[in-house]
Amino acid sequence: MVIAIGFEGSANKLGIGIIKDGVVLSNPRHTYITPPGQGFLPKDTARHHREHALSILKQALEEAKIKPEDIDVICYTKGPGMGAPLVSTALVARTVAQLWRKPIVAVNHCIGHIEMGRLITGAKNPVVLYVSGGNTQVIAYSQKCYRIFGETIDIAVGNCLDRFARVLKLSNDPSPGYNIEQLAKKGNKFLELPYAVKGMDVSFSGLLSFIEEKAPDLIAKGEYTPEDLCFSLQETVFAMLIEITERAMAHCGSEEVLIVGGVGCNKRLQEMMEIMAKERGATLFATDERFCIDNGAMIAQAGWEMFRTGVTTDLKDTTCTQRFRTDEVEVTWRK
Amino acid sequence: MKRVLLKQGAEAKLDKCSFYGKPCLVKERFKKKYRHEVLDRTLTTQRIKSEVRAMIRCRTNGISTPTIFMVDMESSSIYMEYVEPSVTVREFIANSQENHAGDAPLLALAEMIGRVIGVAHKNNIIHGDLTTSNMLLAPPNRSPEMPFGGNLLDEDPSSLELVLIDFGLTALEGTAEDKGVDLYVLERALLSTHPNTQHIFEAILAAYRSYNQQGAKEIVKKLDEVRLRGRKRTMVG
Repeated sequence: MVIAIGFEGSANKLGIGIIKDGVVLSNPRHTYITPPGQGFLPKDTARHHREHALSILKQALEEAKIKPEDIDVICYTKGPGMGAPLVSTALVARTVAQLWRKPIVAVNHCIGHIEMGRLITGAKNPVVLYVSGGNTQVIAYSQKCYRIFGETIDIAVGNCLDRFARVLKLSNDPSPGYNIEQLAKKGNKFLELPYAVKGMDVSFSGLLSFIEEKAPDLIAKGEYTPEDLCFSLQETVFAMLIEITERAMAHCGSEEVLIVGGVGCNKRLQEMMEIMAKERGATLFATDERFCIDNGAMIAQAGWEMFRTGVTTDLKDTTCTQRFRTDEVEVTWRK
Repeated sequence: MKRVLLKQGAEAKLDKCSFYGKPCLVKERFKKKYRHEVLDRTLTTQRIKSEVRAMIRCRTNGISTPTIFMVDMESSSIYMEYVEPSVTVREFIANSQENHAGDAPLLALAEMIGRVIGVAHKNNIIHGDLTTSNMLLAPPNRSPEMPFGGNLLDEDPSSLELVLIDFGLTALEGTAEDKGVDLYVLERALLSTHPNTQHIFEAILAAYRSYNQQGAKEIVKKLDEVRLRGRKRTMVG
């Protein structure tokens, strides 16, 4: 029996989760929400994490009904992410590791998403679409490595949605992407937008510039409503994502597909993926906002897998890095 | 001959049939139900047109592609030559690596790949989906009546013809950036499908440079930029 606690703070969510051999005991989270039209800045986000770290930690322990001495391993997000928030969260992890005299494991954030998705859905060897505010990747496991088959060549899909939400001055509560999704449900007039798929890679920056420039005018003239534009944006970017995922599945001969990351809880994306998967005779695995969106348990789960195969991190190496690719990690826990 | 389903790819359905006695491949872009109707129609029409145009431009510039027999816009289908006999470059590399055939055949193959992409880019053809599954090796004077004797996988690649297929994502005007991305897609496809092939890609690039002398310098610089962007992109969770 191994109990792992995970600290996640790579972006605007601070999450601390406790996992006992694949069972989530607790997973509280606090999100830093900025006013409409604004994104989150590193130093303010770090301040948010510092302010809430102790209360969330207390809540995690209480909900799990365990004492610090029951914990076997401390896991924290090493990267990728924003520097200041990463460092402020890692500091808490390092401190409790020394206070409680427990081993510590540095975890790659993306691997956390993948392992949590596999744990929750039971997917065996899926092609993974990892979509969030900072990442857009199509990943498949091969030879001790999560290989990136396709990715964005500029901005992430979540970033594209968030920035369009800022143009429309949508609320950031609970998240800009969620509010775009709600508006999109009411849209029906389709605006054709630039569609950029190159092999298994995608590009969103051209599309974003296009819609950012046109939107105010189209809305002012009454040609399109904000709902129509959200609808058109979602339909286009999601079609691009499904297309590259399908291509990767065809390439790998895979019959499972897993969606992870914050954008992964978008119901329309899941619906489109489901249609594609059905047509290919494949199965879709997806999770809800508890586990799609950044959380502590996913870091605990990936750390638990690493710890199980004998991986720990020396205290002097418990640093953070803003750039940490998914394919840099040796996957010791899978055949 | 009846239409026989060969493969359902990500992009289209591939059927084999006979076209006035010749072996024929029908590439039908069926409706993608997951995407919006307007988007689906636009993409399908665009891709059929650019696919056919690119194949014709390749052939006029000495790059082998399947011969186009007919295009049917109603059913979104392209009727083209079924390249027979042939093996994919993917199969060829895998076989060569498995049998420890040494680097000589792979380097000869790399030279051919570099030439084909170099000539294509020189003529502003961006393939858009350069993977080792989208390149075939076939005897130059093939005919279904005269079956090929040996095993293509063990042939010297320079005695074969490199046939480029699947122009589904092709663009016909290209900036150095687009060409750089085209090479980047190939590099990634090659390295992710075939481990330990970095030197093969280097050999492809070397040949590429000699067949696209004017453009190569700027394009390879772009390739480096795209590689760097890929690795250095901020990846916030």
